[in-house]
Amino acid sequence: MTCSDFLKELTDYLDDSMDAQTRAELEDHLQWCHNCYVVCNTTKMTIEIYRDSHLYELPDDLRGRLRTAIMSKCKGHDGSCT
Amino acid sequence: MGTIQPRVAEPAGDELALVHAAKAGDISAFEQLVRRYDRNVFRIAQHITQNREDAEDVVQDAFLKAYQNLANFQEQSKFYTWLVRIAVNEALMRLRRRRPERMVSLDEDIKTEEDSMPREVADWAPNPEQLYSQGELKDILGKTIQGLPPSFRTVFVLRDVEGLSTEETADALDLSIPAVKSRLLRARLQLRERLSKYFKNRTGGDGKK
Repeated sequence: MTCSDFLKELTDYLDDSMDAQTRAELEDHLQWCHNCYVVCNTTKMTIEIYRDSHLYELPDDLRGRLRTAIMSKCKGHDGSCT
Repeated sequence: MGTIQPRVAEPAGDELALVHAAKAGDISAFEQLVRRYDRNVFRIAQHITQNREDAEDVVQDAFLKAYQNLANFQEQSKFYTWLVRIAVNEALMRLRRRRPERMVSLDEDIKTEEDSMPREVADWAPNPEQLYSQGELKDILGKTIQGLPPSFRTVFVLRDVEGLSTEETADALDLSIPAVKSRLLRARLQLRERLSKYFKNRTGGDGKK
């Protein structure tokens, strides 16, 4: 397996959506290829840091205002859903 | 090396009951659906539009459109996936209005060899959160994702931030599964590359295992 082959499979590897044999081949590659190990590890950290970052959280006051506006528009809508 | 664990739980069992009640005209049932998903819709909208005002408008318009079109929701997908599809379309429309000079499309598939080829291969400091304050970190993450093409950051936010499956993401964006996977790989690698400039280990050593 080349580094380029490894890279193509990286997303499926991180998402654990591959068969056991392919997974074993990728893990074998990781044992000796330092660059792929770093790329794999830091890609995983990239995903985790965004997932856990609370980036663009909706503040409570804005949340309340938006919900009031949404429900007011829905009530103003002619009848229930069409 | 471990895999990524999705963070989004399955929808509560009462979701379909709320949808049915809302369809029958129970507006408080719809309000419960708004409460359940407004944070998610706002996050998705802000990621795509990169503009707070637009994101607020998207949240309002997406829920109103969902309410007006509830009768057309065939329940073949989760309500949330259907809502995300509406929100993404609204967000992309706002983005196009703001950037008329640039073609903004989910079909955008920028293919260059170098965008996927890792150049930065230094390992990161054990915990990037310790290098920066929470505010600084959010600033870095925001600026970094802003630099990605809209089609890449949309796939990334649905899959990796909101935790939709590949199939749900493909369904919400009307893309094929290979297209979702291809954009996701490149989004992840480009973000990794850019974040490495901030997070790479500067404490010495060659970082080898």
